Amino acid sequence: MPQYANIAVSILFDGLAYAMFLFITSVGLSVTMGLMNFVNLAHGAFAMIGGYVVVSLTRSYGVGFVPSLIIAAVLVALISVRFERRLYRRFYRATDLEQVLLTIGLAFMAIATFTYFYGPIPKSVPLPDWLQGSVNLGFRSFPAYRVFMIAVGAALIAVLWYGFERTNVGAMVRAAVDNRRMAESIGINVDRLFTLTFALGSGLAALGGGLAIQLLGLNPNFALLYLVLFLIVVAVGGLGSLKGTLLAALVLGIIDTGGKYLLADAGGFFIYAVTVIVLLLKPAGFYGRE
Amino acid sequence: MAASEKSRELAATGARERAAGYLVGRHRFRPAEALPWLLAIAAFFLFPDRMTFGNQALIMVMFALSLDLILGYAGIVSLGHAAFFGVGAYTVGLLIARLDWSEPLSSLLAAAMLSGLIGFVTGWFILRYRGLTVIMLTLATAIMLQEAGNLRSDISGGYDGLPGLVISPLFGIFDYDLYGHVNYLYVLGVLAVIFYMVRRIVYSPFGQALTGIRENVRRMHAIGSPVHRRLVTVYTISAAIAGVAGALFTQTNAYVTLTVFDFDNSAKVMVMLILGGTGRLYGAFIGAVVYMMLEDHLSKLSPTFWQFGIGLLLILAVLFAPRGLLGLVEEISRKSWRRGRAGAARRLIWKGEHWTVLAGSAVDGAAIGFIVGFAANFGQAHLLSEYIASLPGRALAFTCFGALVATAINAIYLAFTSRAAAEDRGS
Repeated sequence: MPQYANIAVSILFDGLAYAMFLFITSVGLSVTMGLMNFVNLAHGAFAMIGGYVVVSLTRSYGVGFVPSLIIAAVLVALISVRFERRLYRRFYRATDLEQVLLTIGLAFMAIATFTYFYGPIPKSVPLPDWLQGSVNLGFRSFPAYRVFMIAVGAALIAVLWYGFERTNVGAMVRAAVDNRRMAESIGINVDRLFTLTFALGSGLAALGGGLAIQLLGLNPNFALLYLVLFLIVVAVGGLGSLKGTLLAALVLGIIDTGGKYLLADAGGFFIYAVTVIVLLLKPAGFYGRE
Repeated sequence: MAASEKSRELAATGARERAAGYLVGRHRFRPAEALPWLLAIAAFFLFPDRMTFGNQALIMVMFALSLDLILGYAGIVSLGHAAFFGVGAYTVGLLIARLDWSEPLSSLLAAAMLSGLIGFVTGWFILRYRGLTVIMLTLATAIMLQEAGNLRSDISGGYDGLPGLVISPLFGIFDYDLYGHVNYLYVLGVLAVIFYMVRRIVYSPFGQALTGIRENVRRMHAIGSPVHRRLVTVYTISAAIAGVAGALFTQTNAYVTLTVFDFDNSAKVMVMLILGGTGRLYGAFIGAVVYMMLEDHLSKLSPTFWQFGIGLLLILAVLFAPRGLLGLVEEISRKSWRRGRAGAARRLIWKGEHWTVLAGSAVDGAAIGFIVGFAANFGQAHLLSEYIASLPGRALAFTCFGALVATAINAIYLAFTSRAAAEDRGS
């Protein structure tokens, strides 16, 4: 294979794996923001907590990698419900600023707590053998872990798409995002719907956090470092849109990976440039309502 | 009929006169306003060995003041205000390091102009939008400037920064001493000038229009106010002031690195302003000074606890003192506050629904405490058996602690809100 084709395939492949991480982690944020207009800057903290649960389970309890991912997602989903019920609920009608302050305060507290218990040094997870080597896909071989990530991402996209577009609950969520008052007046319990999607979103964020350890490393600052990326994906994709989040994750994931491959010095410049251009042209994002 | 009409007219004129009197008189200097300045001068004589700290505090006051203009008065939520602080800091740094231009006042002016220009250009685009889009675009502006600096690290010095920047004596006469005495007075002087300008802006008809935009943008559009132009103007001014603060930062520290563009810097200045109180001029003073003093003491003890503390502080501020420390002081100084709160606390005891809330939060706190205690020290435990042996005690302690904290926060919250709720029901 020619050199540049090889690089192009690498960029596409790595970008795809990265995009899956972005999608899995951001989709919950997008839906909860679309539903309640709630700016949740603690979303990255849920992802970080998920990552540390996976680290703890695999390292100290010897649980397998895949089961710990699932346990982490469920555990964080349960914790997040309590936060939503007790704290967030009071701020749905508050201003953007109050929501930003409250949730960034939570993120700071989470970072400090995990720095205290786990230290600031990045953690890694022991992977099972079948995720360590590389997989030959016929024309060339790819790292098995990234193949695994893409597979998980694709499976989740299929499940979420089915749930969102083909089930009753999904229809209710879409209706509530479209017009919350109308949805409430025809008897949809938007509050309960929100709790449900919030739990699901936080659980997915935890799953994304667990998956990202191997790819990006995990230290407590993860909560704020990648939060900016999740917010960008949500803003570029359009609030409350599954399609938009997926498209934004793919575009940004591949462009960011490409930028880092081809122009290492420019670092994260591209992703922000794309964000600014998209938001200037379409302030509500790809599939957001104007 | 005629008589009642006349008296109504009289009352209307009276109200109009009172309103006019308020508008005319509110900008007059009150004696209490001299206090912060007197304190700043007193600090110069009382703590001659803490001038470096004093410098940083004054610079942060200026930075917070610039954010107050857009956040407190015009209601623009920016998570990237460090962009302009950084532009100002780098203008001075590059003038000295690359062009050998070290005269302090003219470089301040250059910093103000450049950051004002960047504020104008970015503001022109950003301020057409609202809400999350604005937050994201301001954030992206700061990060892009940082990345641009990193990209051309041959000019900017990258993350190693520009060290050893020496500025010329002020007015060609006053040289800078090691202890920062001259610096302190220099920064204080610049702050006084800037503060006077900001105060004039805030109390001008322009400032009044900004408050209108913050309170109800639709109505401002409806009465024909050029909203976008007003917002861009104030954003430009705010950017220029932030640039001056950044320029002073470089001049007094004699170095600058790309970390001035960090998200942490943007978040920090916002925390300061919120802590002090937005939209009230002196909130920036109290917030920045209290924050810097807390940071100075606590972050030396443990940076981790300090970060936890800021988080907690933010949440408490949003829950209990949405108008900042100054707002809280105002409220407490009103007598009714105490009586009202005490009454609410008494009523709280008799209300069954509150007990359910408290019991629920105790269970939540206990559960989260248990999970944290269970997970605690996984990272450091070397032997699983050792870990398990210590587990019951720790999990129990964390459970109790979690329950206690959650119950306490909710109890205070209920005491604060139940009176308002009772009033709502009553009306």
